[in-house]
Amino acid sequence: MTATKSETVPVRGSAEVVSVRHLVRRWAVELGFTLVEQTKIVTAASELARNMVDYGLGGTMTIEALDNGTRKGLRLIFEDRGPGIPDINQALRDGFTSGNGMGLGLGGAKRLSNEFEIRSAPGEGTRVAITRWRGAS
Amino acid sequence: MERIPILKMGKFLLVSIQVDMDDRTAMNLQDDLTAQIVKHRAKAVLIDISSLDVVDSFIGRMLANTAAMARILDAETVVVGMQPSVAITLVELGLSLKGVRSALNVERGMEMLRGIAEDAPEEPTDDGDEK
Repeated sequence: MTATKSETVPVRGSAEVVSVRHLVRRWAVELGFTLVEQTKIVTAASELARNMVDYGLGGTMTIEALDNGTRKGLRLIFEDRGPGIPDINQALRDGFTSGNGMGLGLGGAKRLSNEFEIRSAPGEGTRVAITRWRGAS
Repeated sequence: MERIPILKMGKFLLVSIQVDMDDRTAMNLQDDLTAQIVKHRAKAVLIDISSLDVVDSFIGRMLANTAAMARILDAETVVVGMQPSVAITLVELGLSLKGVRSALNVERGMEMLRGIAEDAPEEPTDDGDEK
């Protein structure tokens, strides 16, 4: 699988969460995602970007356009050097929050994606990668 | 920082969200709305979100909290015009917006609110024009 195009942007504050939504929307439209597919990946991106701002001290998002020969997709990688997540399974559970959110961010983003990977170590930060393929349910 | 305008029409407050709000703008709207409900003794709030192509958990929570606060302040809230793709995504995200009344469009939302306002007892307004 190759990335045909990629870009990395900083995500430090709430204005940049909005910029992330617009950037992901633009790329999803370019790749020919349906409106529902666009909305799902933009919403997932918004959740993960906000998580980085609220809990990870800010970080970066890398967006990649994918083409594996038969289908096209978008991969988003969120990386921060924040405190990390001590218990990932707990963090993925709906309703779990260490802040004042609803605790839907991680689990919700996972449900809105076709592929979801998370790596985190206390003190070393968190990396979340999600992928959505065009035409996948 | 942007502020979303709130229009007063009789016992109603009307809001049409036309921009992709950052979190602070969303919180300001919630604060402004609750303040205006009290100031105008509003009985109903209509929030048009037909221009929003994304409602994430933060905006969704703001809408649900606004409706809950309005209810405590004796006003009903109706959210109108949610795009189908947004509704599909919200449910998959895990947000059902329980407790938030919704209507397909502004017209139906207004009908709903009129019903609520008609049931409400008449009371003097504090607009300052009747003193």
